[in-house]
Amino acid sequence: MGIEGIGARVARKEDKRFITGKGRYTDDMVVAGMKHSVFVRSPHAHAKIKKVDTEAAEKMPGVIGILNGQQLADDGIGNIICGWMIHSKDGSPMNMGAWRPLAQDTVRYVGDAVLIVVADTKAQARDAAEACIVEYEELDIVTQPDKALADGAPQIHPEAKNNLIFDWGLGDEEATDKALASAAHITEMDIVNNRLVPNAMEPRAALGIYDDAEDHYTCYTTSQNPHVARLVMSAFYNVAPENKLRVIAPDVGGGFGSKIYIYPEEIVCLWASKRTGVPVKWTADRTESFLTDAHGRDHITKVKMGFDANNNIVGLKVDTIANLGAYMSLFSSATPTYLYATLLSGQYNIPAIYGNVRAVYTNTAPVDAYRGAGRPEATYLLERTMETAARELGVDPAELRRQNFIREFPHQTPVIMNYDAGDFEVSLDAAMKQIDYAGFAKRKKEAESRGKLRGIGMSCYIEACGIAPSQAVGSLGAGVGLWESAEVRVNAVGTIEVLTGSHSHGQGHETTFAQLVCERFGVPMDSVSIVHGDTDKVQMGMGTYGSRSGAVGMSAIMKALDKVEMKAKKIAAHLLEADEADIEIENGELKVAGTDKSVPWFQMALGAYTAHNLPDGMEPGLKEGAFYDPANFTFPAGCYICEVEVDPDTGTTKIIDFVAADDFGNIINPMIVEGQVHGGVAQGIGQALMEGTYYDPDSGQLLTASYMDYQMPRAEDLPNFQLSTSVTECPHNPLGIKGCGEAGAIGSPPAVINAITNAIDNNDLTMPATPQAVWTALHNKGGSRDDKNQFDRHITKAAK
Amino acid sequence: MAKVSLTVNGKNVEKDVEDRTLLVQFLREDVNLTGAHIGCDTSQCGACVVHVDGKAVKSCTMLAAQASGCEVTTIEGLSGGGDLHPVQAAFREHHGLQCGFCTPGMIMAATDIIKRHGTKLDEATVRAELEGNICRCTGYHNIVKAILDAASKMDGAAKVAAE
Amino acid sequence: MYDTKYHRASSLDEAAKIFASADDGAFLSGGQTLLPTMKQRLAAPSDLVDLTHIDGLSGVSVDGDTVKIGGLTTHYEVNQDNALSKACPALARMAGWIGDPQVRHRGTIGGSLANNDPAADYPAAMLALNATIHTNKREIAADDFFTGMFETALEEGEIVTAVSFKSVDKCGYEKFRNPASRYAMAGVFAAKAKDGSVRIGVTGAGDDGVFRWTEAEEALASNWSADALDSCDVDSSGLMSDIHASAAYRANLVKVMTKRAVSSAD
Repeated sequence: MGIEGIGARVARKEDKRFITGKGRYTDDMVVAGMKHSVFVRSPHAHAKIKKVDTEAAEKMPGVIGILNGQQLADDGIGNIICGWMIHSKDGSPMNMGAWRPLAQDTVRYVGDAVLIVVADTKAQARDAAEACIVEYEELDIVTQPDKALADGAPQIHPEAKNNLIFDWGLGDEEATDKALASAAHITEMDIVNNRLVPNAMEPRAALGIYDDAEDHYTCYTTSQNPHVARLVMSAFYNVAPENKLRVIAPDVGGGFGSKIYIYPEEIVCLWASKRTGVPVKWTADRTESFLTDAHGRDHITKVKMGFDANNNIVGLKVDTIANLGAYMSLFSSATPTYLYATLLSGQYNIPAIYGNVRAVYTNTAPVDAYRGAGRPEATYLLERTMETAARELGVDPAELRRQNFIREFPHQTPVIMNYDAGDFEVSLDAAMKQIDYAGFAKRKKEAESRGKLRGIGMSCYIEACGIAPSQAVGSLGAGVGLWESAEVRVNAVGTIEVLTGSHSHGQGHETTFAQLVCERFGVPMDSVSIVHGDTDKVQMGMGTYGSRSGAVGMSAIMKALDKVEMKAKKIAAHLLEADEADIEIENGELKVAGTDKSVPWFQMALGAYTAHNLPDGMEPGLKEGAFYDPANFTFPAGCYICEVEVDPDTGTTKIIDFVAADDFGNIINPMIVEGQVHGGVAQGIGQALMEGTYYDPDSGQLLTASYMDYQMPRAEDLPNFQLSTSVTECPHNPLGIKGCGEAGAIGSPPAVINAITNAIDNNDLTMPATPQAVWTALHNKGGSRDDKNQFDRHITKAAK
Repeated sequence: MAKVSLTVNGKNVEKDVEDRTLLVQFLREDVNLTGAHIGCDTSQCGACVVHVDGKAVKSCTMLAAQASGCEVTTIEGLSGGGDLHPVQAAFREHHGLQCGFCTPGMIMAATDIIKRHGTKLDEATVRAELEGNICRCTGYHNIVKAILDAASKMDGAAKVAAE
Repeated sequence: MYDTKYHRASSLDEAAKIFASADDGAFLSGGQTLLPTMKQRLAAPSDLVDLTHIDGLSGVSVDGDTVKIGGLTTHYEVNQDNALSKACPALARMAGWIGDPQVRHRGTIGGSLANNDPAADYPAAMLALNATIHTNKREIAADDFFTGMFETALEEGEIVTAVSFKSVDKCGYEKFRNPASRYAMAGVFAAKAKDGSVRIGVTGAGDDGVFRWTEAEEALASNWSADALDSCDVDSSGLMSDIHASAAYRANLVKVMTKRAVSSAD
């Protein structure tokens, strides 16, 4: 490892522009003639559009155009679709309803886009938007997933009877039932995984530019995957053919999944630019983000886990209802199925597993993948159930887990996944040691003397990352391949550009990807540039999500580097009159091993381009591309332990200590990996303690539509985190890496909740465990609850 | 229209703008300084923090007209044209940023915190003082570390300068 | 934000004059509540009259037993004032706990009182300190000033110029913040006057804005200690209930915060 190579704690190349205010985000973009837009959105959760009258609004100052869904349909713009086909148990394809970028007849959630208003300034556009008259006939609504399935529930899409999108199963139900019937002990739980709003700090934005001379479109947008956006907008939405559509995702201020999807606004801005003849910019305000960004999670699940007389798990059965909201977003069907039920084995030997998932429509914002996507839901139910089982069985939760760990690899689970490497006990031991697990009883006693209730809870997670082998996901219903591409361009002066289909929106690719090049060729960091986020510059790519940029994106770069290295060595061997096999690359030089003969890197590069003296038949230039399709998922795993103190007077939970012991395989830049874990854990703690997304069940209004009502974790709410890592290498990618982007958000929620339920000695607690929820649980021990979602219960009460 | 005349990063700026123009809009759209960001509508996220007459304020919660006659410093002017300000350097050194969107406001808030508390800063104070700045990426761990380190380095530099 | 017209007043008279000639004017001091409300188009004053350039309305003075704070004094200035920190430390601490540092640099005591947000901190303190609210027209006792949620005794065009109160024997402030908005979900200012009488101002919890918890006042007057509150209970029927806290939970918080305010009083 050099000082800038693999494993080095290199400060980020991209930071300078961000810390000096020179980052360039979509809303910072200004182009000649650019105008501003505001969307008129539905104030109702479910209604028929009876009449639209924009006559007065069109005459207001600065207004350039007000466009509607009929015009959009007239121009042939297609429906927004979900790109992953799921088949129900009976073999029928999922029931997908139509999602129009601008609603024509029916609106199905508060925030559904109806009109776009284009004006000289944003304030003028908003003034005019308020003057647009849309008459609605309100329809009955349903916001809760279980109620949506009930007979007589309001029908949201004609295609989905009883709002059921699919009824899907994974695993062997018969074998699982049999195993549970034979169990000596069964732990049963009702689990709610709370809906979350991703809340990237940069609100979504789009700038659509139509050039009529070239019949060409350019879209600046807040995307995690500009090529996917171009592909989908071309192939499915009929915005423009790919060669006439350039998508640029410049600096993007966080994504966490919410910026994977192609939303109505970027489609409509592009189309509106052609219709109005001016570049059209739209930037969401925060409440608009709350209303219309794809939300995350929102599962309700029944769990049964069976143990034999020796406390070995014999079977697991889960029955989940997943709320997908009013429309099916791009990957919405994959999240509660193949990203969820495939992880139900966790870190444990479970001989029989069956997962049933019913996905439903409700009159709420669409739900899709959010940091972790399916895997947090699986981990949360497993790890709460394991903790609960240990309490019921009267054994130490750590030891129950240890006893059931998978120890031999590869390990084929009953739910598709084949774990290729891991050592779960190492993480467990590291976490227990770091938090001084053995000393907890003493700390609990000391806390008692201060009037505080201290609790400890753990979570052992495994996730499937680096999505994914294209053939495998194709066979499971994916509409795209999930490879990644890279191109390495060595310039004539020896500097290097790496073009990647991965997209950085905080992950530090400009640094870590460059580290691979520094390691390989011994060139300085400063001579390497990473190019991403522009479909006109970068060949093709699948983007960044599912912790895939390391395991898949970097592997593509490694493949391209292999090819560059091979050619560079050939050129150097020719110049040095040596055998290609004897050439070594070190410190920016190509050397003949064992001699003092060498040629500097830049000179070799120049040689490649002057082409005055190349081996016979060799093409000039030094530029190589590669596509990498992974052989398997990767399986990061770890153990998180959380220690809390609860104030019994107010129900406030303070996180005293949080330990994360992760196995991410090999690490390129530990500083950046730690940052990813910090952020992920913070989001997981947010889910566990703070973040509740609540729709009024009667009106369908989002009650938590700003930071006044949706609690974002703040600095004072969080502790310092104690991290450690261990390594089992991923055996199937060239770097032996697994990915680290989502682990924190996956592993932390159950650790936090297990700690609180331990502290208050009441397991009847749902997320978010707000002070009120904890105080209620503390003072309501043994009390019954008719509704597991405390918030809904409260709303119902308040509404009375 | 309001006539707004103020100093931004040491330069005089004079513009006629709508009375309803917020300072953050003025900076971003009329002065082309896009470092201050807009991350919420409720004056809570702090992505827009700048200094007005030496004090950290939310530029989304002040009219440009109110700032007329004031001296405004934005992230772009923090280092005064020289190298990085010690807080900027510390954010980079300690990986106190990821996507960078909250970072300008975070750094402007941090310099204000250090100015007010000096050497008395401890972790708890930094965390409490970051009440008005939300970050979704970092979990604040490295931000807190960066601010504490910058404070101690600035104190050291001040002592050296005083000697 | 809807269109509006900005005016900068240099005297109280000028401010009153501009206000009187406006269709639907509003006074602007720190603007930390008014501007966010306008941004969300929930308020649409035709004219804004900026008071912050009027001389003589800012600063804290302590004269013997009497504390006076100018209406334009920012929360930051109140928090930092040395004389106040000696005369009434809980009030200085309270000011340092409003909103966040940036809000404290702009927000003013006069603006906060005139707005009378049901979750604002100052109203509780004013009630507990038995303060007098000074305006450009008259003086109003705190007990008469706060008339309901976002409602005060201020008449059209009336401006809060200062508040004053007699320093007390002991006082303390504790609040439990709404986890999201960070406004008070239950904020309690407990004050024991030099004559031994006790006043408890409660914010963030009442259905009708800030209120005095008289039962606790009586209990504490005879025994100034947290234990004296053991037998007192807040009637939850007059308390707010929302997605963050039920009335019953708020009632509990009011009691807990009152105990803590008494314990921390100095």
